[in-house]
Amino acid sequence: METILQGILLGGLYGLFALGLSLMFGVMRLTNTAHGDFIVLGAFCSLTLVALGLSPWMALVATLPLAWVVGYVVQHVILNATLGKDPLPSLVVTFGLSIVTQNLLLQIYSADPRSIDTGGFSTMGWSVTEGLSIGVLPLMILALAVAATGGLQWLFNHTAIGRSFRAVSDDREIAELMGLNARTVCALATALAFVLVGLAGTLQAMRTTVAPSDGPLLLLFAFEAVIIGGMGSFWGTLAGALLLGVTQQVGFRLDPGWGIWGGHLMFLIVLVLRPQGLFPKTRG
Amino acid sequence: MAALLQAQALEAFYGDAQALFGIDFQLDAGELVAIIGANGAGKSTFLKCLTGLVRVQIDSVRWKGKPVGGMAPGKIVREGLAMVPEGRRLFASLSVEENLLMGARAQRKGPWNLDRLYRMFPILGEKRSLASTSLSGGQQQMVAIGRALMSNPEVLLCDELSLGLAPIVIREIYSAMPAITAEGMTVVIVEQDVTMARRVSQRLYCFQEGRVSLHGASGDLTREQISLAYFGL
Repeated sequence: METILQGILLGGLYGLFALGLSLMFGVMRLTNTAHGDFIVLGAFCSLTLVALGLSPWMALVATLPLAWVVGYVVQHVILNATLGKDPLPSLVVTFGLSIVTQNLLLQIYSADPRSIDTGGFSTMGWSVTEGLSIGVLPLMILALAVAATGGLQWLFNHTAIGRSFRAVSDDREIAELMGLNARTVCALATALAFVLVGLAGTLQAMRTTVAPSDGPLLLLFAFEAVIIGGMGSFWGTLAGALLLGVTQQVGFRLDPGWGIWGGHLMFLIVLVLRPQGLFPKTRG
Repeated sequence: MAALLQAQALEAFYGDAQALFGIDFQLDAGELVAIIGANGAGKSTFLKCLTGLVRVQIDSVRWKGKPVGGMAPGKIVREGLAMVPEGRRLFASLSVEENLLMGARAQRKGPWNLDRLYRMFPILGEKRSLASTSLSGGQQQMVAIGRALMSNPEVLLCDELSLGLAPIVIREIYSAMPAITAEGMTVVIVEQDVTMARRVSQRLYCFQEGRVSLHGASGDLTREQISLAYFGL
C-alpha cells in the first residue's frame, strides 16, 4: 500500500518530466533528446537564483518566465531549422544541445550533486495512519502534475492556440495557408514545454539532488512515460508516468537495485505487447 | 488599371526539376476562370505559386499591381487570396467547426461567417462538432470550401473540387458556386472535368506540360481546340 502510494507520488514528478516531451512531440514530431539536460538546466537556474538570495519559491516563480523565453528562442533560432519530413536533423541537433548543456553545467557548477534547501519543507509529511505518512512536497508535485496535464489538455481542446497546435501538427503547409506562422506556433509550443521543464527541474532539485550528468537518465524516464502512455495524449502520458513510478517503487521495495531496472522492464514489456502505448490518441 | 491578379513569365521548380515554364495569366475582379489540363500539367503547382506554397520570383506574381511572388502564405491570405487545396486536406484532429475557424485566422472582414456557411451547407451545421474525418468526401469538400471562405477572400482558388467525388456530389458542390460569386467574389477553378469547367467559367486556360497551351472565352473555344491543347495531339 505504502509502496504504491510512494510510486504514484514519484510518478507525479515523472509526469512533469514527460509532459514537455509529449507536447513537443505532439506538435512538431520532434524528439528532443536534450530534454533531460534542459530539466537539469532548469534546476540549476533555480539553484543559482537561490544562491543569489531568492527564496526557493521565488526562484521557482522566476525560473518559469526565463524558461519560456529560452524555449521560444531555442525553437526559433535552432530547432525550427531542423524540422522537416526527415527526423534525423532534429535528433542530431538536440543530441548536440544535450552534450553542450551537460558540459557547460559541468564547467560552471562542477560535478557535485546539489539540491535546493527548502528549509525543511521537503521532509515535512502528513501521518495518514500509524506508520503511513505522505510527504507534503511529493503530494504537491503530484497535484501540480495533474493540474498541468488537465491544463494542457484543456488548452489543446478548447482554445485558439490549442487549435493552432493541432493544425500545425496535422498539416503544416495548410496551417500556413490559413495565415498561421508555423514557426511561431512551434516556438510557443516549445516555450510552454520549457516552462514545464523549468518547473520539473526545480521540483526535482527540491525533492532530491541534481548533478549536471543527470540529464540522460531523466530523459529516459520521461521517454518511458510517454511511450507507456501512448504518444500524443497528455492524460496517457501522466498515466504512463504514474505506472512507471509505481513499478520503480515496487522494484525498490523488492531489492534496492531493482527499482530503475524494474521500470525499464515494464517499459520493454509495454513496448512488446502494446507498442502504441496504453492510451493512444485520446486527444481531440 | 492593373489586373486583380497577374502572373508573368512565371517559372517554378521542385528542386532541380522545372515544373512551370513561363506562365502568363491574368484575372480581373468578378471573373470565374477555369484552368484545365491533364495530370502533371502544372495546374496545382501554379495555384501553389500564387498562394506562396511554392517559392517563385517576386515580380512573377502581382496582386493589384504589387509584386507578391514568394511571399509567405500567411501574408498572401491576408491580402485576400484563399485556396481550397487539392484533396481537401482538412485538419484531421480538428472538428468541422474548428476547421472552419482555422480559416478565419486571417481575420479579414466580410460577409462570410459560420452562420452563413451553415445556411449554405446545412449539413455542416448538423455535423459541426464531429471530427472532420468522419464526414463523406462531398461534405469534407464543403468544409474545405467553407474554410477558405471564412477568410473572406477577394479571390477564391479551388483546386480539383471534383476529385474523387461522385457526379451527383460534384453537381451539388458546384450548385453552391452562384451563392459564392453573387457578391462579386472572383473565382479560379482547376478542373479535370472539361465539360464542367466550360459550363461554369467565363474564361478558360488550358495547361500542358508546364505551359499555357490555350486560353480564351469559354464559350468561344471549340472541343477540337480544347482537345488539341489538352492532349497535345
